[in-house]
Amino acid sequence: MSFKAPDDLLPRPAKVSRRGFVGGLSAGVLGAVATEAAGAETLADIPDRGPGADLGAHSERSRFVKIDRIPEATPGKRNVDPGDAINSKTPHQKLVGNITPTDLHYERSHSGVPDIDPAQHRLLVHGMVRKPLVFSVDDLKRMPSVTRVVFIECTGNGWENWKKADPDITVQNTHGLVSTNEWTGVPLKFLIDLVGKDKGSNWMLAEGGDGAGVDRSIPLTDEIVNEAFVAYGQNGEPLRPAHGFPMRLVMPGFEGNLNIKWLRRLKFGNAPWMTRWETARYTQLLANGKARQFQLRMETNSVITQPSGMMQIQPGYNRISGLAWSGHGAIAKVEISTDGASTWKQAQLSQPVLSKAQVRFQMDWVWDGKPTKIVSRSTDDQGNVQPDRQSFIAAMGTNALFHYNAQQTWSIDEAGRVRNVLA
Amino acid sequence: MSLLEKLLFTGLFAVGLLAAPARAFDFGRPATPEEIKLWDIDVGPDGKGLPDGSGTVARGKQVFSDNCAACHGENGQGGIKDRLAGGQGTLASSMPVKTVGSFWPYATTLFDYIHRAMPYPTPGSLSTDETYAVTAYILSLNGIVSADGKVDRESLPKIRMPNRDGFIPQPEFDPARLFRKK
Repeated sequence: MSFKAPDDLLPRPAKVSRRGFVGGLSAGVLGAVATEAAGAETLADIPDRGPGADLGAHSERSRFVKIDRIPEATPGKRNVDPGDAINSKTPHQKLVGNITPTDLHYERSHSGVPDIDPAQHRLLVHGMVRKPLVFSVDDLKRMPSVTRVVFIECTGNGWENWKKADPDITVQNTHGLVSTNEWTGVPLKFLIDLVGKDKGSNWMLAEGGDGAGVDRSIPLTDEIVNEAFVAYGQNGEPLRPAHGFPMRLVMPGFEGNLNIKWLRRLKFGNAPWMTRWETARYTQLLANGKARQFQLRMETNSVITQPSGMMQIQPGYNRISGLAWSGHGAIAKVEISTDGASTWKQAQLSQPVLSKAQVRFQMDWVWDGKPTKIVSRSTDDQGNVQPDRQSFIAAMGTNALFHYNAQQTWSIDEAGRVRNVLA
Repeated sequence: MSLLEKLLFTGLFAVGLLAAPARAFDFGRPATPEEIKLWDIDVGPDGKGLPDGSGTVARGKQVFSDNCAACHGENGQGGIKDRLAGGQGTLASSMPVKTVGSFWPYATTLFDYIHRAMPYPTPGSLSTDETYAVTAYILSLNGIVSADGKVDRESLPKIRMPNRDGFIPQPEFDPARLFRKK
């Protein structure tokens, strides 16, 4: 076989006859493990047990697991020097379950990752309020808290496939700018009550303490006032610096850029500020030359992660698995087509299915060895259906750059090679 | 403890419990006007927040050359970072060129962004007058301010950018309709 694996993603072709379920797993996360077992002719070949390594202050990944994000400079410019990277993508093709490991949560920053001493960080809340206040991190930790599992998605997620499909990229490249973590913090509503927001204020500016001072205007709709929170916890520990340490805004369901990291100021006003980030950026240029603005919500989306780009599958039993999410609410169903969007079957969803969080879906599939295309489409509990690429491009053109949520198609050739295609 | 004492105690305790979380000074401290001023840097499209001062295109050319050209190119084009000039008339083409002149809807955003985020290695290092000047220069590169022009807090919000009407708000979050009283 001349096929070359991009990294350790692909298992070596199994040499032993397939016995039942485990041997039949052909690619990806579980495949990498299964191959180790399949390579042993009998249990007698498995190494003996013995005392292990010393216990540590924190645990590292196995030396057999290679799993990393990919720093990227611009669409298609990958594995760049970290100094040139503007984002770093989550390796969905190597992950299982619904939650993204903290250190693999995608990252998008506009002026690097500031090194903030929490003792010297303050949050100023002011503007149209009765009493402007300054809070420390400890102040926030003393307040009533909420904990919620939500996805955060960069508005540019999917930007690889606007104009063409590079056949040699992975799902990490196409969809690596979305992740799901559990976040803990103070409800925005609590802070609003503390400062005594003026009833006439219905927009809020949130600003970060990074070099770019990234700032966004946020409309204070009932949904946002009830759901937004200032987080200091991420998967049970303090935020990682890349994700906003010591505090960030979490806006469930909304553009990643609105989830202001290193949050240091909330200002209440009565109109949007028209910052660079809501005019020159994060607006969608349509085919007619006009740009869609304040498209703040992330849409219904899904992608098959297993098998996905650059994997290779074997005829016979395959398990299809992937992730679905929607900024409108919870995923109601995910359908999968294994015949290029001609017929669809409903996939199983892994519990719990949470509002505005990613959920894993899966389905059994027996591949007959003939070239085909596989694709998923999600529907959320508000009735929004993930669009096929043709209708999506007809509505948005190919210059929008942000808010790509068209169905992702993977082609599979006669050798089982999985490749990125437009449809 | 008598029944009365018990009732009194319980009552006081309950009042204390109820009162404690409602007292703002339990969380954080008041912000003084002086310190708010240090951080209150945002500029709105109506010019609110613009500081006193002014800058000419001529001065801006020098400031730009010293602080910006290394990344953005000598005339706001051909640099390693964002192109700032030209591109007008390309937005509906297959290769749109989005610059300050072709795309940005408000000149106030330019001042705000330079003031808060540029130059990239030392954000906030330009003086107010230098920021006005470099704003004027970038606008002049796009034919929006004349070569002998200058901008200040009065003139900047009045500038009508070429693509001012180029944005269509998503109906769900359209600022003109969102909080309108029914």
